[in-house]
Amino acid sequence: MKIVYFAWLRERLDKTEEDVNLPASVETIGDVMQWLKSRGEEYELAFDNPKVIRAAIDKTHVRPETKIAGASEIAFFPPMTGG
Amino acid sequence: MRETVRISTSPIDTNAETKAVSEAGGDIGAVVTFSGICRADEKGAKISALHLEHYPGMAEKEIAQHVEEARKRWPLLAARVVHRVGRIEPGEVIVFVATASAHREAAFAAAEFIMDYLKTSAPFWKKTEGGGEEAWVDANEKDERAAERWK
Repeated sequence: MKIVYFAWLRERLDKTEEDVNLPASVETIGDVMQWLKSRGEEYELAFDNPKVIRAAIDKTHVRPETKIAGASEIAFFPPMTGG
Repeated sequence: MRETVRISTSPIDTNAETKAVSEAGGDIGAVVTFSGICRADEKGAKISALHLEHYPGMAEKEIAQHVEEARKRWPLLAARVVHRVGRIEPGEVIVFVATASAHREAAFAAAEFIMDYLKTSAPFWKKTEGGGEEAWVDANEKDERAAERWK
């Protein structure tokens, strides 16, 4: 699964994207965040407060409970501040 | 309806963009434009520039979706949204929105609608530069409420 990061999440993880092999038990966006948190100190820090993190599947906004089945790209980012 | 959504790495020529909307054809009787401009301060602190990051593909898609939603709600004849990314200095335009309709009510309302949704749902992020430091701009609750009123 391709995962992309933006803004301070990208900076805290020091990566713009990565390919990961998600275990079958990871079914939702919330599960992905929990799983990522277990991958090391920088992830734990970046995903410390999952409530403030937004997500998208294939460039469409989704909620933590959204299932990831069929997704080809998952994005995580902070609340948007454009305009 | 004629619509254009564009992400730009170079300065936005608001005169040229306005002209393009005004001349989009149809029986246009009203054009409303909005320019969001980079201020020289953020929460009271002086800044020398903003850095705008975006999610390529999704940013355009999100804006286009809300332009389409505006078209369904109001009788628009044209709409144009240009959003700058990269380093932007105070005084420069960050975002430009123009809407055209036969009468002003639809053009005013649609421009506001598009801006309100752009602020809260289009994937762009601002970082300030100034005093040798960089900081990410926090999302604004006021913007969330502004978008809520259209529901």
